[in-house]
Amino acid sequence: MKRKEFLMTAWLLIAGMAFSKVAAAQDTIKVGVLHSLSGTMAISETTLKDTVLMMIDAQNKKGGVLGKKLQAVVVDPASDWPLFAEKAAQLLEKDKVAVTFGCWTSVSRKSVLPVFEKDDGLLFYPVQYEGEESSKNVIYTGAAPNQQAIPAVDYLMKDVMVKRWVLEGTDYVYPRTTNKILEAYLLAKGVKPEDISINYTPFGFSDWQSRVAAIKKFGSAGKKTAVVSTINGDANVPFYKELGNQKISAEDIPVVAFSVGEEELSGLDAKPLVGHLAAWNYFESIKTPANTAFINQWHTFIKNPKRTTNDPMEATYIGFNLWVKAVTKAQSTDVEKVLAALVGTETPNLTGGIAKVLPNHHITKPVYIGEVKADGQFNVVWKSAGTVPGDAWSDFLPGSKDIDADWVTLKCGNYNRVTKKCSGQNYK
Amino acid sequence: MKRLPSGGLWLILLLLALRGTVPAHAQSATPSTNDATFLATLGELREADYSAKASIVERLSQGGHPSVRAVLTAFLEDRLYYHNADQPSDQKVFIVKSADADPLNLIDPLSLKDAGSAPADSLTKIGTNNGLRRTLRTTVAHFALASPDAGVRLAAVQDMLRSLDDQTVALLRERMGVETNSSVKKEIATGLAIAALDGSDTAARLQAIDTLSKSVSQDVRNRLATLSDKSSDGSFAESDVKVRKAAAAAVESIDRWRSFYAGIETLFFGLSLGSVLVLIAIGLAITFGVMGVINMAHGELMMLGAYTTYVVQMAMPEHIGISILVAIPAAFIVAGLAGIVMERTIIRFLYGRPLETLLATFGVSLILQQAVRSIFSANNRSVVTPDWMSGSLRLNDALSITYNRLYIVIFTMIVFTLILMVLKRTRIGLDIRAVSQNRAMAKAMGIRTEWVDAMTFGLGSGIAGVAGVALSQLTNVGPNLGQSYIIDSFMVVVFGGVGNLWGALIGGMSMGAVNELLEPYAGAVLAKIFVLIGLILFIQRRPRGLFPQAGRAGEDK
Repeated sequence: MKRKEFLMTAWLLIAGMAFSKVAAAQDTIKVGVLHSLSGTMAISETTLKDTVLMMIDAQNKKGGVLGKKLQAVVVDPASDWPLFAEKAAQLLEKDKVAVTFGCWTSVSRKSVLPVFEKDDGLLFYPVQYEGEESSKNVIYTGAAPNQQAIPAVDYLMKDVMVKRWVLEGTDYVYPRTTNKILEAYLLAKGVKPEDISINYTPFGFSDWQSRVAAIKKFGSAGKKTAVVSTINGDANVPFYKELGNQKISAEDIPVVAFSVGEEELSGLDAKPLVGHLAAWNYFESIKTPANTAFINQWHTFIKNPKRTTNDPMEATYIGFNLWVKAVTKAQSTDVEKVLAALVGTETPNLTGGIAKVLPNHHITKPVYIGEVKADGQFNVVWKSAGTVPGDAWSDFLPGSKDIDADWVTLKCGNYNRVTKKCSGQNYK
Repeated sequence: MKRLPSGGLWLILLLLALRGTVPAHAQSATPSTNDATFLATLGELREADYSAKASIVERLSQGGHPSVRAVLTAFLEDRLYYHNADQPSDQKVFIVKSADADPLNLIDPLSLKDAGSAPADSLTKIGTNNGLRRTLRTTVAHFALASPDAGVRLAAVQDMLRSLDDQTVALLRERMGVETNSSVKKEIATGLAIAALDGSDTAARLQAIDTLSKSVSQDVRNRLATLSDKSSDGSFAESDVKVRKAAAAAVESIDRWRSFYAGIETLFFGLSLGSVLVLIAIGLAITFGVMGVINMAHGELMMLGAYTTYVVQMAMPEHIGISILVAIPAAFIVAGLAGIVMERTIIRFLYGRPLETLLATFGVSLILQQAVRSIFSANNRSVVTPDWMSGSLRLNDALSITYNRLYIVIFTMIVFTLILMVLKRTRIGLDIRAVSQNRAMAKAMGIRTEWVDAMTFGLGSGIAGVAGVALSQLTNVGPNLGQSYIIDSFMVVVFGGVGNLWGALIGGMSMGAVNELLEPYAGAVLAKIFVLIGLILFIQRRPRGLFPQAGRAGEDK
């Protein structure tokens, strides 16, 4: 009996030593890439996978991180939300990646959250989203509503003098939450309830004729009207076409979109859209030396000079640089140490200003509003003074305005200032 | 490396500056002060922000320089540029002939004569935004009022009505005296009447309301409605009670007319959605209805048609206008051939086994989708809408009909009539009907049923391809195009009654109309659900649809 136990321990020891030797011989740091490479989201997410690979490639040419080369582990969750959780578990438990860059839709993020929290992984999420979340294990490098939606509405209210609002969205969690926040915000700003019209259509909707006619009617009440569009995906193309056909020009009823960027415009004829607006934290057309270098690097890497760059790509770029800096600062890839080093870490944006990780795991971002040009690029008509800090919990929703997220002093992503309670991590 | 291009640029600038200045001197030995102020004001546009630009535009238009119209039109069309240079005095402003060309062909803003050309990256565009374009459009409209083209004049007056000020009213009044075209005259009269509402003479105001009550424009209605507004101290915006009453009556009459036209518009929306449904269902009515084959790949055949449109457009980029017309027969042939191949290689072995057919054709649909993904990539392709199909037909202020929908309604009618003719008047149609009614008897009479099967399936598939051409104008051309329409097309065929083309027509049209009637009240998601529930209840009561096939042929199925 005893001998058997001894033998077992010996075997385990030998095996363990052998394994650690192999690992040391490789001398690499594994970086997980969790983006859909097939299915409906592949169009958008493949670009981000390529961006991460490009960044890793460039970093390795500079000598890697901590003297080790970075090695990408690419998995394909195939636009299938439960599969995201499975693939995340594979990355964290089997491949033991040091960090993961991934997810696009909110539902995929919600599905991997429990996995990252259970296995104590580190996820960089690069897409604008609806807020109302702050996880210890996620760094949100995309815009929260106060870094995109609220400034856009402010611009329309102050600079375009819009008095009547149509909130038009696709029927799922991001538009519904964003519109809830916007509605509360507009009402707080003194807009009358009858001057707000909210409407949802399904994914891939194409029969826009009566919706657009209704918008036209709503907009002809004698007050300046604007459409705030959270329409997602390819339903945008027939929507803008119908606007053009029914002769609704951006001069009369401007449409400001939160999900239409350079990549989406590259697939369609942009002439009917000229003058309509989009709010982002990055535009390819903003001329800075860093942005020009990034665009050139992208064209060389992807071997296609016509490919556009967009906002989530910049968010991926920022996230990657933040992680490299934090790892260098912590001298370790251990998630706890990297997380401790991340808060307060700064890296320059592509369009000027500094992205800084805040205690709520969001970052500071500049906000830009651009008008669509005929070539599918944007002409910036407004930009925020300096950068705007990301707010995890909206101040305009009754349920969330008392809630704070702070991973430095409070060590909590959902702390209620009134009840003084931490509800732990909220992934409802 | 860095010095060379900038040195080159300086040389070009110098040359251009010389070219620009020499003819100007030759023309006028003493440049008039008007020219100088015009150029100086124009120069301010380079640095100004958008609100400052608007006031500059106003100053320019009031300056009355002869070339102001050309400059402002160019500004509106994004054709106003200035030279990149370090010294402000060298940043000359130019009009370019076409913003797409490189090098850009320059026009001098003063003399409006050619000023040579310059590479595109040596010039910066003076940008506009929505607000500024609006201002520009109204300003430019003032000039267009004298255009010999009545259409241009009409558009100009309509632009001017959007912001009436004293200057505009004076211009309109002047024009009213010499205008000959009746519709332009009517539009000007509306503008003058709106202006007269602000006047002090009660009789004139009543007269104006009388004129305006004949209009159906929303703007006019809003203006009239403000007359009944009460201000915060309880006094009315309009002091005279008679005028207020007349205004209220006029608002009511305009509202009545507008809701009447809104009804017509909804009906047209229903008709156009119905036409799309009919178009996607006719092909299926033939393959499913006449042959009894459940073809799950029907949607992918439409997708093939849509991609054919894309390929045809790629092949003839110079003739986008007629490419759609070329695409119709091309799509018919492509989808039809695909259908015949499907029938010959798969479906004919599975006649009489609906479940196996369903699975096999579903497999085919996946193969076709993946094939398209491999050839054209997973991204949507952009099919350009030709000019003659964009925009809308404006019947009056309250009612416009979009051209693409109008053409699709007409197109559906043509396709439907053609199919009916083929089935009723041709030999192949006779064969198809014979085989579908009694296969054994038809065979006994010497009809090559196998060949007829292939032709029937090819015909149905070809129509699906033609429907795809129409869909390419309405929705995204991508690998998932077919999937989003396959359910709708089956619904139409089942609702209309299997095996009946008229059923597909009536079924599709009524489903479209009901959907559009419900949508404003229930929203797009609920409207669709209601239609589906209604359909289920209907099928419960009448399992054979609207027009069931009577007789023994019907019983067999």
